[in-house]
Amino acid sequence: MSEPVLSLKDFRVSFNTMNGTVRAVRGIDIDVERGEMVGIVGESGSGKSVTFLGMMGLLPRSATIEGSAVLDGTELVGMKPKQFMAVRGKKIAMIFQDPLSALNPVHKIGSQIVEMIRSHEKITKAAAARRAVELLDIVGIPQPDQRAVQYPHEFSGGMRQRVMIAMAIANEPDVLIADEPTTALDVTVQAQILEVLQRIQKDLNTSIVLITHDLGVVARVVDRVQVMYAGRAVERAQVDDLFGESSHPYTRGLLKSLPSQDKDRLVPIPGSPPNMLEPPPGCSFAPRCDFAVEACTQTLPELVPFGRGETACIRAGELVGMMDHV
Amino acid sequence: MTEALTNIDPSLVVNPDGSSVRGDREGLTKSRLSPRQMAVKRYLHHKGAVVCTVIMAAMVLFVVLAPITARYGVNERIFDATADQPNSFLSPRAEAWLGTDAIGRDLYSRLIYGLRVSLVIGLFAACFATILGITAGSIAGFRGGRFDDILMRVTDIFLAFPFLVALLVVRNFLGEVSFLEPIVGEKTSLRFIIILFTIFGWMGVARLVRSQILALKEREFIEAARALGASNTRIISRHLIPNAIGPILVALTTAVVAAVIAESTLAFFGFGPDAGSGNTSLGNLVGDSKSAVQAGQWWLVLFPSGLLVLVAMCINFIGDGLRDATDPKLLQDGGN
Repeated sequence: MSEPVLSLKDFRVSFNTMNGTVRAVRGIDIDVERGEMVGIVGESGSGKSVTFLGMMGLLPRSATIEGSAVLDGTELVGMKPKQFMAVRGKKIAMIFQDPLSALNPVHKIGSQIVEMIRSHEKITKAAAARRAVELLDIVGIPQPDQRAVQYPHEFSGGMRQRVMIAMAIANEPDVLIADEPTTALDVTVQAQILEVLQRIQKDLNTSIVLITHDLGVVARVVDRVQVMYAGRAVERAQVDDLFGESSHPYTRGLLKSLPSQDKDRLVPIPGSPPNMLEPPPGCSFAPRCDFAVEACTQTLPELVPFGRGETACIRAGELVGMMDHV
Repeated sequence: MTEALTNIDPSLVVNPDGSSVRGDREGLTKSRLSPRQMAVKRYLHHKGAVVCTVIMAAMVLFVVLAPITARYGVNERIFDATADQPNSFLSPRAEAWLGTDAIGRDLYSRLIYGLRVSLVIGLFAACFATILGITAGSIAGFRGGRFDDILMRVTDIFLAFPFLVALLVVRNFLGEVSFLEPIVGEKTSLRFIIILFTIFGWMGVARLVRSQILALKEREFIEAARALGASNTRIISRHLIPNAIGPILVALTTAVVAAVIAESTLAFFGFGPDAGSGNTSLGNLVGDSKSAVQAGQWWLVLFPSGLLVLVAMCINFIGDGLRDATDPKLLQDGGN
């Protein structure tokens, strides 16, 4: 793989609020290769959604965005709203958690897709309508020609998420950001939606960024994972390495709190994430970490190569093997 | 698809309350109604609205076919007065079903012509005011910030003025400015009255649309549309306004009533359309009846005022029916 299609460098997002500046994302680097599926994992408030909303210019004006986000050679940070509109939907598209409320209730499914196509491409209505039916077929909606003339309320949640995906890929974007696309769906439907995403990744060679808090979802479909905590990346690895031998205590904590058959009880991570108004100067996980030492609270750790991945834990070397016994 | 339903033993497919079991299963046996058909069904469910629609349609028909339905011309006397047969202030009779006025003109025919003018004013003024209100309200609600603040303060100022006084002041001011005359026309022309009512009619709609947009723009499908590259104009015109169309339609009907009544009010005080030339409006007819009250010429009071009330009531009922029709929360089953 050569040039990454999407590359974030030292990407920062902060919000000016009445209480002060909330630094939601504090320097994130992400490279997404063409045709790759990358998982972004973290708990609520870790900045995973904000990173990509900020990158796409979808945050309110109170947000300050710094750093660099290059999409296929185009710098997105500092782009004017007008230019953003041309990029969104054409080069990069995003789908959201709740498919039930993501479609406009007053228009037919087909015409919503047609509208989406025609806003970026100059083609006739009839051609766009044919394309809309094709897209519905691609995302696995049965009887797509009949379903296209129905309204959103006639679709189930999973079907609506498929429609959202169809709209998102309508103009064959380079990158598709899926922000918790399966969270609102039940497990069997989750699997189907992930299959649809995988098929799109393979067939259309679309890069997909899958934002989720569900490690199970990550394990199933993505190639690489980046774990986020308090607006920073704490670990970056191939998905198999992460589940085999994670290097960061936070990732370990996440894995331990995951239910599985050979576990009697789940071990939650004690405490709660830091206040982002005044994040701790050192490792932001240190206050909750069983292995924290004095040095952890002094300086903000950067991602450094470790094993086959990268980690932001300064004690990663010492901790290998130790953490399993906790 | 409905054939399949009839082939099945009805006892198997009908719930105790009579609703179909199988019909509820998606897309299998029951051909479902489109939202538009459901809206029509909900509208027809509102008996008052249906009756008023029929009455209103009849009135519109009478007005459109005025040359046929009216018995006399607008300024035509029913007959020339002679010494032993006066033509003025005749009570209802065969020659003049609803009686005659001070100079012997047929009230029935004049009501038709008057209603025509009133409806034209009402419809046009309401449409223009609604369009202006939608534009201003949606931009204010969508953009927020400074523009929103200024617009809402302007609205407040407009609403704070005593309506009639402001209307008369603006009327006289606009009418006196000579360079505006090519645009707004004569003080008593229909165009002038419509423009005047548009200026005073848009604030209510603007407020309504703004509040709707404020609520709607936080909905997730707006963010989703934006994430897929929709422009602001398209979000407003394709996503926000269609979702607010119910309240807008209702506001439109109330605006029609408001304009008809405002016209009557102006005319009652002698500032109405074409007050001098004999071309009449409902307001002029009501205004003419001022002296008739004391003189005991009841027909001159009853019929114009009654027609005004009837028109206002019918349009309000239609608005009520439209509210029912556009609110899917009422009669979820489409009125079955």
